[in-house]
Amino acid sequence: MPSSTCEAGAPDGVVELALRLGDNALILGQRLGEWAGHGPVLEEDIALTNVALDLLGQARLWLALAGRREGQGRDEDDLAYFRDQAAFRNCLLVEQPNGDYADTTLRQFFFDTWHVALLNALARSRDAEVAAVADKARAEAAYHVRRSAGWVVRLGDGTAESRARMVAALARLWPFTGELFEEDEADRTLAAAGIAPLPGSLRAGWQAEVERVFAEATLEIPASCWMHSGGRRGVHTEHMGYLLAEMQSLARAHPGATW
Amino acid sequence: MTAPRTMPDIALIRAWLDQVPDPEIPVLSVIDLGIVRDLNWAGDCLEVTITPTYSGCPATEVIAMTIEQALHDRGLSSVRLTTTLSPPWTTDWISEKGQRRLRDYGIAPPLRKVAPACPRCGSTTTTLVSEFGSTPCKGLRRCDRCREPFEYFKCH
Repeated sequence: MPSSTCEAGAPDGVVELALRLGDNALILGQRLGEWAGHGPVLEEDIALTNVALDLLGQARLWLALAGRREGQGRDEDDLAYFRDQAAFRNCLLVEQPNGDYADTTLRQFFFDTWHVALLNALARSRDAEVAAVADKARAEAAYHVRRSAGWVVRLGDGTAESRARMVAALARLWPFTGELFEEDEADRTLAAAGIAPLPGSLRAGWQAEVERVFAEATLEIPASCWMHSGGRRGVHTEHMGYLLAEMQSLARAHPGATW
Repeated sequence: MTAPRTMPDIALIRAWLDQVPDPEIPVLSVIDLGIVRDLNWAGDCLEVTITPTYSGCPATEVIAMTIEQALHDRGLSSVRLTTTLSPPWTTDWISEKGQRRLRDYGIAPPLRKVAPACPRCGSTTTTLVSEFGSTPCKGLRRCDRCREPFEYFKCH
């Protein structure tokens, strides 16, 4: 199915908004879940899976909201397990592979910093249900960003090896950050209705926070470069299909399975 | 016509629910934890409003089931459970009794302004090990005096 942005049911765009937020949380939660049992130290293994669990819980709340507003009888499980790649609205950053710990850490830091700012704004949404989920999620996201920012400093201002890995991760991941601030018709409709902030309005605050942490981490924001785009329109990177295959296989092999 | 059903007092029902343990931290009741927002008779149906602690807390569904079961066991046949997110749960909803019980159980209760004290020796000189612990609501610290690692309830 072609994935035009605003075909979703509700005219106020809440379905689209909730899908984007839910898919970001779901896909990043799935990625972090891959670390379970493989973390570099026990505390980090536990932290990564805790963050994954928070994100999975947030994904449920957002996708359940999307399903209710869509009004076609789909619940959060239907949306998570029975949509195909082109219907997923997450940004490309969250589907990038875990790589080494520098990749995982930096991906998380870029996302968490943006997530906190977005959720803080959404907690003041004129849509009461959007505000309630965001208000709940932002307290969790505040914990997430403290951890990921701490590790950016530790690895960036660490050993020659950890620093080199952070620099390499930065070159790989920076081109995925532009998409976080892209705007389309759905965003403008949501902003005009006071339901969500314009993504672009979050950029200056995000960049200032990244610069603050990078200064401590002895890292530098790369010179402006070409940015990847497409996730929010359902055009994903080659990594997404493998992730979905693993995440959805059980539910598709045994529809309706419970335990 | 059916016989009139007894509709126990809300205060009594609250006391019953104070016997229902949280599945992850059984020393706390669901009342201590502050997740039972409202108890209300709507006709002869008891409406119970609960709120989740953390978005992803796997105990939430077990808690809902346990509450329903406990009320059925007390003879309430018509119970309706609803979940509300707003206002979001924070650790400020934990009762004073709950705070005391946490400390006695060996988990430092949540504190807003100061770092938690060691639940074993009471020292306030402790070091953060990780803000993430064995459940979403707990983090890990180590006491600098008695050197014991301990869990603390995260401020939220």
